[in-house]
Amino acid sequence: MEPDVLEGGFCNAPIDAAYAFRAAMNAMARPGQIETVAGAQPPGPLSVSAGVVILTLCDPETPIYLAGDHNCTQVRDWITFHTGAPMTGPADAIFALGKWSDLVPLDQYRIGTPRYPDRSATVIVEMDELSNAGETLSGPGIETATNLSLPDRQRFQQNATLYPLGLDFFLTAGDRLAALPRTTKIAGVS
Amino acid sequence: MYVAVKGGEKAIDAAHAWLAEERRGDLSVPELSVAQIREQMSLAVNRVMAEGSLYDPDLAALAIKQARGDLIEAIFLIRAYRTTLQRFGGSNPVDTGEMSCDRRISATFKDAPGGQVLGPTFDYTHRLLDFKLVADGAVDPADERAVETETTPHIMSFLNKEGLIEDDVATDGATPPDLTREPLELPADRSLRLQSLTRADEGFILGMAYSTQRGYARNHAFVAELRVGTCCVEMEIPELGFAIEIGEVEVTECETVNQFQGSKTEPPQFTRGYGLVFGQTERKAISMALVDRALRWAELGEDNVGAPAQDEEFVLYHSDNIQATGFLEHIKLPHYVDFQSELELIRKLRRTPETHMTEAAE
Amino acid sequence: MNEYNFAYLDEQTKRMIRRAILKGLAIPGYQVPFASREMPMPYGWGTGGVQVSAAVLTPEDTFKVIDQGADDTTNAVSIRKFFEKTANVAVTEETGEASVIQTRHRIPEQVLTEDQILVYQVPIPEPLRFLEPSEVETRKMHALEEYGLMHVKLYEDISQHGAIATAYAYPVKIEGRYVMDPSPIPKFDNPKMEMAAIQLFGAGREQRIYALPPYTKVVSLDFEDFPFEASKADQVCGVCGAEDSYLDELITDDEGGRMFVCSDTDYCRTRQGNIT
Repeated sequence: MEPDVLEGGFCNAPIDAAYAFRAAMNAMARPGQIETVAGAQPPGPLSVSAGVVILTLCDPETPIYLAGDHNCTQVRDWITFHTGAPMTGPADAIFALGKWSDLVPLDQYRIGTPRYPDRSATVIVEMDELSNAGETLSGPGIETATNLSLPDRQRFQQNATLYPLGLDFFLTAGDRLAALPRTTKIAGVS
Repeated sequence: MYVAVKGGEKAIDAAHAWLAEERRGDLSVPELSVAQIREQMSLAVNRVMAEGSLYDPDLAALAIKQARGDLIEAIFLIRAYRTTLQRFGGSNPVDTGEMSCDRRISATFKDAPGGQVLGPTFDYTHRLLDFKLVADGAVDPADERAVETETTPHIMSFLNKEGLIEDDVATDGATPPDLTREPLELPADRSLRLQSLTRADEGFILGMAYSTQRGYARNHAFVAELRVGTCCVEMEIPELGFAIEIGEVEVTECETVNQFQGSKTEPPQFTRGYGLVFGQTERKAISMALVDRALRWAELGEDNVGAPAQDEEFVLYHSDNIQATGFLEHIKLPHYVDFQSELELIRKLRRTPETHMTEAAE
Repeated sequence: MNEYNFAYLDEQTKRMIRRAILKGLAIPGYQVPFASREMPMPYGWGTGGVQVSAAVLTPEDTFKVIDQGADDTTNAVSIRKFFEKTANVAVTEETGEASVIQTRHRIPEQVLTEDQILVYQVPIPEPLRFLEPSEVETRKMHALEEYGLMHVKLYEDISQHGAIATAYAYPVKIEGRYVMDPSPIPKFDNPKMEMAAIQLFGAGREQRIYALPPYTKVVSLDFEDFPFEASKADQVCGVCGAEDSYLDELITDDEGGRMFVCSDTDYCRTRQGNIT
């Protein structure tokens, strides 16, 4: 294990995690709203915001699937050391993490069951940038409509048709994040 | 002019101060020590440990002292403390076959290897108040026998040599679900049911077990073996690569053997009920075994006769005295708002009796 | 034994609750099972709300607790003190000053904003529970979106009483999908549930968390010819004169004299300040 794997976690976990969760919750409650987070310095290619989400939400009870370049020794060791979350394949993942092109197809993840729709994966999509431009979003958490730069349209629309089953997404870029729950409806580019 | 009632905070502080005085009682009477409770109220301590799901006689004794002897309140204190403890890992399963028995009786065989040991029991005491205890509690030393070095085998293992009893269900070694870390999900498997029963309210489980004896899903139980004693607790230490003993616990284990005429899926045979509880807690362990057996109707292909003790959801959702007492007692809290809304509704319904009666008739 | 973690709960427990909150927000109105912990206050006294608040609070928050609309009822005082001690947060009785409000049985009269979070204490989260006692059955009904039983009950009310005989905990349908229990708020408060704030619901004993993101569609169940009515006492507040607030009824003398006063103490006090 590289020594710098031990670095980059929360300095004051109860407090750092409390602020980080507030940001993550605001994002999930208000799809399209971009939040800024801090507190983690994970090794590349993991972004600060994806690192913060993982430190805040993951532990030995949440198997993680790392897709593509994110499935590297540095990232695996860092997550294992700081959270104890086990690594797994897409079918058993509670969290999946990677670039969009590495994460698809989406039908390999758990979407929950009719009795337990909450037993579905949360997918953390690493993006180059994130802005309030692009697809038009509406649905719970959005007063009228908002815009968000999404890496895809059709797959998210397809996911929304599974409601109340389906996947929920965090979109991360640098120290910024947004969320896209299964309830959000996506129109076209405005 | 009307001024709203205030002073909730003051009232709470005053109530707590008064409560502390009441707990201590008359100052001219010496205060109880935690050690006295632990040593002399040991069956109360055992119940608090069992239903509090925490094996620590000193803390249980402290809780009893703080709770003024209200055992459910003491169990609550222990549960609330337990939940804040960090979890370092799980022990290996305790082997009750290796138990150092203080008591071991069988109702099914007059004699068996290992013999019957009556041990410290109220069973054959005459329930006459012992007024000598008012003055002093001096006791004559009891006879002692040599310490057994051989382990005491389970009586059920003899019966099973003939193949007349259902096989013990082999576990696949998988870690059982943990009731205190995961929400209860139904249908529950047997390991989850047993976890729930062992911390369940003694009175509730006793009543449920008794109801099966009186014919509500009667399951013809005999106590094949009841044993009380201490067992070693071992834990694997990953850094060492082997298990070490981290302590010992006193437990009560009850195995019942139940007559069974057979069903569509199972041949006539004896079936099993199982109880295992912290401390010397015989009533609870026997009750647990009877309720366990009643809840196994589906896997044995028996009929569900609709008895309360067969209803897993009913038993498991209502057996926890901390949940039950909290919800029961919460009706002491203010309900002004709900009551007011009901008041308005009843007034409204009474205002228009004729109109809706005619509508209903139509 | 004197040192507790920030906001009392250990971090692993908070993570478990936080994950449940996020899934709750993603599936509005659906009850997410969670491994509720034994809290140092009894089940039924707000342990669900307390666990949700503990998972949500940050040191910068200003916390308000109301029970029956009032800040100084004993249980509200007790919960507020708990978080003052364990999370060291600022507390307030002013609705507008609070960033997190924990409530039992009321929604504040003052309209909540996007910067606020409302945490409800829930005794029985299952809206179908009193029609069907089995959890196995009600979970199936939600899965199949089979709410006929509820409509039959409401319809029987109408044919028997000429009105729907539910005055509080009046069931709502969320985004056209899940029927949800709004907690035992009076039905007067139901229309307020479409709001700008995040709403989180915690049921500790029953081990359920559910949530409503801002602006989620919340419809109180009714029939075309018997539309839902958010009723209250047909009176004004005897102290501040408010006509639009939910009122408590007080008995003022031995002859059974009555007086009606705002149940929301902060609302009433603010109005009194404005009058003088």
